[in-house]
Amino acid sequence: MAFFETQRLTKAFGGLIAVSDLSFKVEKGEIFGLIGPNGSGKTTVFNLINGYYPITSGSILFEGAKLNGLPTWKICKLGIGRTFQIVKPLRRMTVLENVIASAFNHTSHMAEAREKALEVMKFCELDRKGDYPAKGLTIGDRKRLEIARALATGPKLLLLDETMAGLTPQEQLQGVELIRKIRDTGITIVIVEHIMHVIMNICDRILCINYGQEIAKGTPVEVANNKAVIEAYLGKE
Amino acid sequence: MEVFVQTFVSGILIGGIYGLIGLGMTLIMGVMKIINLAHGQLMMVAMYITFLMFESLHLDPYFSLLVAMPALFVIGVLLQKYLLNPLLNVDSILPENQVLMTVGIGMVLTEIIRFIFQSDYKSVKTSYSSSAVYLGGISFNVPMIVAFGIALGLTALLFFFLLKTDVGKSVRATAQNRDAALLMGINAQWITVLTYGLGSAFAAAAGSLLLPIFYLFPDIGGPFTLKAFVITILGGMGSTVGAIVGGVVLGVAESMGATYLSMALKDAVGMVIFLLVLIFLPGGLKALTKV
Amino acid sequence: MKSINWPTILVIAVLALFPAVVPSDYYRHIFIIALMWVVIGSAWNLLAGYTGQVSFGHAIFFGTGAYTAGLCVTKLEISAWWGMLLGGPVALVVGLLIGWICFRLRGPYFALATIAVGEIFRLIATVWRDFTEGMEGILIIQTFRSKIPYYYLALFLAALCITVIYLVTRSKWGFYFVAIREDQDAAESMGISAFRYKSLSLMISSFFTGLAGAFYMNYMGFIDPQVVFSLHYISIMAILVGIIGGVGTIWGPPVGAFIMVLLQETFRSSFFGLLPKWISEAHILVFGLLVIFVIRYMANGIIGDWSKIQRLWSKDRELLSASGRN
Repeated sequence: MAFFETQRLTKAFGGLIAVSDLSFKVEKGEIFGLIGPNGSGKTTVFNLINGYYPITSGSILFEGAKLNGLPTWKICKLGIGRTFQIVKPLRRMTVLENVIASAFNHTSHMAEAREKALEVMKFCELDRKGDYPAKGLTIGDRKRLEIARALATGPKLLLLDETMAGLTPQEQLQGVELIRKIRDTGITIVIVEHIMHVIMNICDRILCINYGQEIAKGTPVEVANNKAVIEAYLGKE
Repeated sequence: MEVFVQTFVSGILIGGIYGLIGLGMTLIMGVMKIINLAHGQLMMVAMYITFLMFESLHLDPYFSLLVAMPALFVIGVLLQKYLLNPLLNVDSILPENQVLMTVGIGMVLTEIIRFIFQSDYKSVKTSYSSSAVYLGGISFNVPMIVAFGIALGLTALLFFFLLKTDVGKSVRATAQNRDAALLMGINAQWITVLTYGLGSAFAAAAGSLLLPIFYLFPDIGGPFTLKAFVITILGGMGSTVGAIVGGVVLGVAESMGATYLSMALKDAVGMVIFLLVLIFLPGGLKALTKV
Repeated sequence: MKSINWPTILVIAVLALFPAVVPSDYYRHIFIIALMWVVIGSAWNLLAGYTGQVSFGHAIFFGTGAYTAGLCVTKLEISAWWGMLLGGPVALVVGLLIGWICFRLRGPYFALATIAVGEIFRLIATVWRDFTEGMEGILIIQTFRSKIPYYYLALFLAALCITVIYLVTRSKWGFYFVAIREDQDAAESMGISAFRYKSLSLMISSFFTGLAGAFYMNYMGFIDPQVVFSLHYISIMAILVGIIGGVGTIWGPPVGAFIMVLLQETFRSSFFGLLPKWISEAHILVFGLLVIFVIRYMANGIIGDWSKIQRLWSKDRELLSASGRN
């Protein structure tokens, strides 16, 4: 039994097939990269995993349990956290309140949730910004807040959707550091990312898709040298 | 059977006018993504303008269209420009700010009219108010037929405007995708102002056409606001053809309700249909055409 | 325990002593109505201000509570006071059903659905004569001739409602409600069942609104569908109380309730008889203008924009003193 796997996952919007027959497995403890050109269906895969879109056909298995048809919040309760590419801070709450709201996922006690939130914020280096209103954060801090909120739900599997986009090179380095740190706590990570040096650097294995279909799978080096991948990104010669 | 056909015919006729109300609401909803809860009240103002024209100048209600429509267009433009558009830049907790604003506008319009005309019922008695033509045992109320005809004409004009003119195309573009329209160089602020004006003018047209048929009092606006959004949801949000269909469906449903249930339950029929559509057919009747 | 909240204690003390200090039944009546609106406004605010679900149909719950109390007398032949026990739970059940239907819809569509349900309730109460007495309404004989028992009951209800809502907003539920208001999709991905927590919010909200309705029946002794199920006088008034005081704040609706009720009474009585009688007809006009003004310039209400108001005030004074110096 794989830790997480999709079996012939397919999603159609009307006539448009956004994800087609996609099967992959993620092992416990690894960082798994999902790459592909713009519009290749990466975010759609995340939206299927976390139940935001209903699946057209195929199935998704997490620790042996089928996720098909479960609502988003139940999938989160089972231990899958996610961040959004377009960040969704709870704007009129402070950073601390954002993270506390997430930390209530496995407790109903304010003190426990608060403690968990403070711990996560420290981990994500947001601890000095607890009282800032979320709407006033810089883009870098918003991305951190997304991660902190996902972590506070206590996930076993974390889906990171372009958490590096729009960051300065310095912030990207810190981001990579953070993702490694998260993995070291035992959380499995699936990451969608456009910035190649980031993804090549941290991933154990990578799946490259285009038009919703798998075109290559393997270690970063294998994928980077794959002809189909190069064609998909740069076009045919 | 005869009763049924009679009921059906009156439903269709009144439905044509409802269609006008729905069209105005649909335009506003489509472009601004808000529900205009002052729609019926704007119509009510137009009815009083028409009434005033009739009383003071003995102007036929149908000719008063030419006064009421421009007047309401101007009122609509001013409301949008000075009360609704500024709210776009306000950061408020409730996203329904503009909708709440239209509630306030509706209240103020009703009360101003009550101040001027008092609460008593008024009506316009024209020579043709109660005349009817008969066709095989079915009576056709003359003012309703005339109103239906004018409503059709105005609808055709609106379609011409939306489909064939540049400004009309800009309105449709803004309704489809505001951000894209902005990028294409469309002045969205101006389009919203124009749209609210047009929407109000169409409500005004419906008001003038309804005047020979209905009693007039300041609180008549509220029920018509409810009708307006029932029609719009029925037709599928933002669909102009849908609004006409929705108008006719509501007209027939109400007419049937009044005949076969009771006068008092007539309004409940609309509400129930509305809820059912909202819940089970979120795209409105339009969704049925796409399989 | 944290430091004592002096302003709150002061407010409670003033309100508790009010009937002893002010002997006039007229003013006591105004305060009773205002306290009732504190309950309704706060209840509406929990759903709209904290959870982001703007209801245009709170008359449903108010009317349900009021009719529960009224029907205790006409159908069960027991005291209308039983309505104080039953009104809240019955309204809560109605709320649960309505939530089940309407929470499939988001934003403005939810608002529209609540208007529609509200109108359906009003029409049913009007038409179903055998059950509700229709337009004739329900008339009962009040228990007390004095206003004082009603005053303290209303004060108790208001205090209870505010306390419960205060505690809720500081709990897990409160955090979840606000998370749903701010971004429903984000909330769901944080493990929050939007449907479940919206329903919880609506249950608390409808319970207190129903309680207020039952109180109204007992206090006024007369109800009819046009009043207790009214879109304008109840549903929209609840919204006005909320937005004028400030949505999403504990003290907004209480402040809004007193402002609205005092304003209404000031106009209805033509400024207590000081101004010509026709002024009394302007009270809804003034409400409407107030709504427009508040939404345009104080989007978060008097409490929500309090710092803004203070700043304006101090700026004005600075300008005044500056011009004075020159």
